[in-house]
Amino acid sequence: MSVFYFMAFLSIFFALMTIFSKNPVNSVLYLVLTFFTFTIHYILLNAQFLAVVNFIVYMGAIMVLFLFVLMLLNLNKDTEPMKSHFVKFMGAIAGMCLLATMLGAFHVIESNNEYVTGNTDVGLVKNLGKVLFNEFLLPFELSSILLLTAMVGAILLAKKETKKVNG
Amino acid sequence: MDSIVQNLQGIPLNHYLIFCSIIFAIGVVGVLIRRNVIIIMMSIELMLNAVNLLLAAFSAYRGDASGQVFVFFVMALAAAEVAVGLAIVVMVYRNTKSVDIESLSKLRW
Repeated sequence: MSVFYFMAFLSIFFALMTIFSKNPVNSVLYLVLTFFTFTIHYILLNAQFLAVVNFIVYMGAIMVLFLFVLMLLNLNKDTEPMKSHFVKFMGAIAGMCLLATMLGAFHVIESNNEYVTGNTDVGLVKNLGKVLFNEFLLPFELSSILLLTAMVGAILLAKKETKKVNG
Repeated sequence: MDSIVQNLQGIPLNHYLIFCSIIFAIGVVGVLIRRNVIIIMMSIELMLNAVNLLLAAFSAYRGDASGQVFVFFVMALAAAEVAVGLAIVVMVYRNTKSVDIESLSKLRW
């Protein structure tokens, strides 16, 4: 039980370090740590499939992509553009206002201090696969088209514009 | 495995709500206070992950698998978004030699 609170504390700490550290590479590494704590949260929720997917896709693929781009562009602390202190202060105030609004909304709705009601095995790979390939088969196939489109778009955007030799 | 389930049963759903709200607010603050486009995209990832965790928590507490399937689709969408977004960042950097979000303000005219 206390594992959850400890991991929640770590997640919040690393998330804060992500947005406040000056060096972009440090930011990415802190974000990787944040995602690692999220993986542990998924394991605590008994969502094993999501834990593995989070580990492989987020930490393995997306974060490596961020790190690649950062190192490719050769960004470091010196080139980091910073906003003025006033804007930072106002941004922090706005974020706090958002948080206060959400917490107030949760306070107003009847406090659902509910505990686990259904069966806790829904997150296993077997059960999730059955749902995914029966009820959600069409969205699953459509997401493959989405990924194909993203791949084509990314290559098209990042490709260098080459002058046509034989016009 | 039983210990994990018992672990789950000890925490009220409200605490997940509060925790995910905090992470989401941190992501919003990150978008507001940083000027580096890549850091802004990372903050968006943070927000997406907060929502993912809350969906998974609701799904696990209700015993309904639909929420976790939805998280799976959100992850696929996040991967596509990051790929296209970083390609755009690389292209902008090639043209302006900067990852400052302000360098995109010339798109206005």
